Amino acid sequence: MSVIEARGLRKAFGSTIALDGIDLRVEEGRILGLIGPNGAGKSTALNAILGLTSYQGELRVLGRDPWTERDQLLRDVCFISDVAVLPPWLRVSQAIDYVAGVHPRFDRARAEAFLAKTSIQRGSKVRQLSKGMVTQLHLALVMAIDARLLILDEPTLGLDILYRKQFYDSLLNDYFDRPRTIVITTHQVEDIERVLTDLMFIHRGRIVFNSSMEDFESRYLELTVLPAQLPAARALKPMHERQVLGRSILLFSNVPREHLAALGEVRTPSIADVFVAVIGDNAGGLRGASA
Amino acid sequence: MSSQPNVIQNLQSQEASPATLSVTHPYCLSVQRELWEYRSIYLAPLAIAGVVLLGFLFYLFRLPHTMRELAFLDPASQRHALAQPFDFAAGAIMAAAFLVSIFYSVDALYGERRDRSILFWKSMPVSDLTTVLAKITIPLVVVPLFAFIITAVTQIIMLLLSSIVLLASGLSVATLWSQLALFQVMFMLLYHLVTAHMLWYAPFYAWLLLVSAWARRAPFLWGVLPPLAIGLFESLAFHSSHFFALLDDRYSIGSDSGASMMGDFPFHPGMRLDPVGFLVAPGLWIGLLFAVIFLAAAVRLRRYREPI
Repeated sequence: MSVIEARGLRKAFGSTIALDGIDLRVEEGRILGLIGPNGAGKSTALNAILGLTSYQGELRVLGRDPWTERDQLLRDVCFISDVAVLPPWLRVSQAIDYVAGVHPRFDRARAEAFLAKTSIQRGSKVRQLSKGMVTQLHLALVMAIDARLLILDEPTLGLDILYRKQFYDSLLNDYFDRPRTIVITTHQVEDIERVLTDLMFIHRGRIVFNSSMEDFESRYLELTVLPAQLPAARALKPMHERQVLGRSILLFSNVPREHLAALGEVRTPSIADVFVAVIGDNAGGLRGASA
Repeated sequence: MSSQPNVIQNLQSQEASPATLSVTHPYCLSVQRELWEYRSIYLAPLAIAGVVLLGFLFYLFRLPHTMRELAFLDPASQRHALAQPFDFAAGAIMAAAFLVSIFYSVDALYGERRDRSILFWKSMPVSDLTTVLAKITIPLVVVPLFAFIITAVTQIIMLLLSSIVLLASGLSVATLWSQLALFQVMFMLLYHLVTAHMLWYAPFYAWLLLVSAWARRAPFLWGVLPPLAIGLFESLAFHSSHFFALLDDRYSIGSDSGASMMGDFPFHPGMRLDPVGFLVAPGLWIGLLFAVIFLAAAVRLRRYREPI
C-alpha cells in the first residue's frame, strides 16, 4: 500500500488555482523532496494531505481520506509547517508534558536527548527563545514522535547551517533505525540533496518533474566546455545552457558520459541545476540554490 | 555487579521501543493547557481574595466595638451586620470569576488563531471536539470550582481572624458563629455556582466560544453587538422588547415563587432552595439546547475552516 496516493488533486481559492490536477504516489519508506518556487502549491498540497484543507479529486493517506478521517490519521502522521508556530506563553517543560500527554507515539527520552544538544532551558517560555531555538524545540518534539508519515514543510527555516546539517544527519540516523515515510519541502535544496530517495518539482499547481534519486543521478550530467567545443556539445541537445566565467555549462539528460567526457569536464548536477533547467531561469524563489 | 546496568539499559530500550504506545489523556492535557495559557483563571479571583482580606484586617479593628453595639439588636439585624463583609467577599470573588469566564470564552478559540499556534495544536492527535469541550469546561466547571474554593478559604480565614480578635478582647464568638452559619451559606454558594454559573449561564459562554471560533478580529464586539442589534431592531420596528427581556431573564435569574431556584445572592441561612423547580424550568433546557448548538457550530468551524 502506498502511503500517499493522489489522483487529479485540485484546489482553487476563488479564481486562483493552487493545485491543478496533481497525481502523486509515495511508497512506504521513501523520503520525498517536494521542490517548487513560492506559490507553486507545495503548502496547499501538504495541507490537503494533512486534512487541513478541502480538495477535489482523489486522495488517500495511509489508506484514509484525510478530510473526513483527520482525527484517526493524526495518530500516525506528524508535521511541522512553516506557519505552525509554538505559542509564546508555553514553557519548554510544558510543551514536553503536553505532547507526552496527548501523543501515544511520543518518546519523552528522545525529545530530551534532542534538547540536550541545544542550549534551550527547560524553564524558558517560547517567547524568550530565539527563532532558531523555537525551531529546534519544535523539531525535538516532532522528531520524538514515531509517526508512520512525517511531513516537514520548511523545517529548518531560520536555522544556521550547523544546526541544519545536524538536523538532517539525525533525521537520516533516525531513518536507518526505524524507516518511515518522509515528505520534505525546503528552499535550501542543497541541504536535502543527500537525504532524499525521491524528488518532485511542483510548479503552478502541477507536478512537472518526478524521479527517484537513483534515476536522477544516472540520468543527468553537466558538462563544462570552452567556446571551441560549444557547437559539438550543442549538437548533443542539452536541455539547458548557461554561461559562467566565459565557459558554457550545459545540462544533458540521458546522454552517455563517454560522449560528453570527450568535450570537456563532466559532473553530476545538483538538484538546483536541474530545477533551474526544468522550471526556467526566471522562476525565482529558489533561495540559497548552489551555483 | 556488572549485569545490573545492562538490565537497566534493556528496560530503558524496551520503554523506548516504537511498538509501545503510551496511554494518553488528550482531554485532561487540553484543560491543563488552558490553565497554562490563561493563568488569570485562578490568579484573578486570588488577587480579589487578597484585596478583600487586606480590607478585612481594617474592619477587624472595629469588630469588638461593633459586637458590643449589636448585642442590643434583634437577631436579623445582627445577622445582617455580621454577614456583610462575608457576603462582600463572596460577591467580589464571584464577580471576578464571572468576568474571567467571559474574557476567557471570548479569547479561547480566537487567541490560538491570533498567535498562529493553532497549526501546532492541530498537528497533535487531539480532535476539535475534545479541544472545544476542554475549553468550555473552563467557564462551566473550572472557574466556578476555583471561585468556590477560594471563597470558602477566604471566608474561613475571615471567621478565624474574627474569632481571634473577639476572644482576645474577651467577647463571645457564639453570636458570630451562629448568625453567620458559614457552612450552610457555603453550601448555598455551591448550589448557586452549579445552577446559575454552570447550567443557567452555559448558553452565554457557548455563544462567546462560537464567536471566538468565528471572528477574524474583535471577537468581543462580535459577541456583544449582534444581540444588541437584534434588541434595538426589535424595539424600533415593533416597539417591543422581548429579546432584551429574554437576555435579562437569562442573566438575572428571577425568583418569584418564594423559594429560590438558583440560590439568590446574598445568601441567607433561612433561604428555601427549589432544585426541583430549577430542573423542570423550560428555560434551563432551552438554554442548554442552545449551548449545545453553539458548541457544535464552534467544533465545525475549528475543524473545517482554512486554518489561518
